[in-house]
Amino acid sequence: MTAATATAPLLLEARALSFYRQDEPVFGPLDFRLHAGEVALVEGDNGSGKTTLLRVLAGLLHLDEGELRWRGSSWQRDSYSGDILFLGHHLGLKADLSTRENLAVAIGLYGQRAGGNIARVLAEIGLSGYEDEPVRRLSAGQKKRAALTRLLLLPATLWLLDEPYANLDRTGIELVNHLLEQHTARGGAALVTSHGAVSFLSGEPKRIRMHG
Amino acid sequence: MSSAPLSIACAALLRRDLTLAWRRRGDIAMPVLYALIVTTLFPFALGPEDALLQRIAGGVVLVTVLLAMLLALDAMFRSDIEDGSLEQLVLAPQPLALMLGMKILAHWLATALPLILAAPLLAGMLHLPAPVMPVLLLALLLATPLLSLLGAVLVALTAGTRRSGMLLALMLLPLCVPVVIFAAGAVAAAQQGLPWLAPIAWLGAALALALVLAPLACAAALRIALDA
Repeated sequence: MTAATATAPLLLEARALSFYRQDEPVFGPLDFRLHAGEVALVEGDNGSGKTTLLRVLAGLLHLDEGELRWRGSSWQRDSYSGDILFLGHHLGLKADLSTRENLAVAIGLYGQRAGGNIARVLAEIGLSGYEDEPVRRLSAGQKKRAALTRLLLLPATLWLLDEPYANLDRTGIELVNHLLEQHTARGGAALVTSHGAVSFLSGEPKRIRMHG
Repeated sequence: MSSAPLSIACAALLRRDLTLAWRRRGDIAMPVLYALIVTTLFPFALGPEDALLQRIAGGVVLVTVLLAMLLALDAMFRSDIEDGSLEQLVLAPQPLALMLGMKILAHWLATALPLILAAPLLAGMLHLPAPVMPVLLLALLLATPLLSLLGAVLVALTAGTRRSGMLLALMLLPLCVPVVIFAAGAVAAAQQGLPWLAPIAWLGAALALALVLAPLACAAALRIALDA
């Protein structure tokens, strides 16, 4: 996925991005570009601002300094919201609802990708047999998988994944890599935070180093 | 890139919140039980004198119902903030104010509606004259959504803070006062055979205003709460 990026359209561009919390710098200044078909790995120690960066990009946090451009135009919250899928530490699953019901709500809010089918996607993600189980009864890894199912069902170009590998077993990690591969092959892009020890299946991902 | 139509998004959210409320039926029953206990205690404390009870019945039921609503108000957005559902809602390609309006509607249906349904029983226990009952119900039908909307704004404002319950109660008190004055005023006027439409109209006007403005304020406040 490195050679193709020269011609692929530029999706996200950050110039001198900085973030302060009560005048204390959290990260920055950061410069990076993300093209269609690229996966960027956000690396850094604990507390270096990886999650904060993702929350800024998702539009949850207000950007203090620097410039963000999405598909060449200025970053406006409403113009890109359906293009971005954010998966944070809190998975956004209702514990009293089943996996299927949780996904139905997500589809209701975000729309459904063409050809998406809840039952098939749940089987693909390794949750068949747990479709109607309340999320509270699932294990931490299964909850993570249930949240990842959103990636397969909802239409979005840019995935912002905060620690997608946490709590997952070996097959789960492979699954995430597989999802990322499928996504980039379709022309999507992703920012993934991780504190290392992660192998991507194909090629070297772009790396964004947070200042420690 | 196709995002979900607005009506489907509204329906999905409303259905989710009502399903969640139904799965926690005990929480719905709590305010009703509270209102029942409070109204039952009044005749014991004041003595079973018909004339006295009749005079206070409307006010007691109104205040009890509004207080019972406050019990559940605090929880309006709490679980959504804790499990990250609110982040997903804020990021969804839908107008946030309208989505929050749906959440407030679901909350009103789950907490206030059972109380309104129980109100004739409560008022009957205090010998409220039957002709006044429709006025009481009308007042409740306007006052409870008004309180839900005002409360939602305050809950959203205090969402970021720890132990927000105390702050919420303090901020809500002055907003409750006019609601109670107009609602009780209508009931009292009806009881004395006077025209009661004016206070009801005031409640309706306030409700119309809150219906439009409260979800917008709520959306702004919750965005700020998540930004912190």
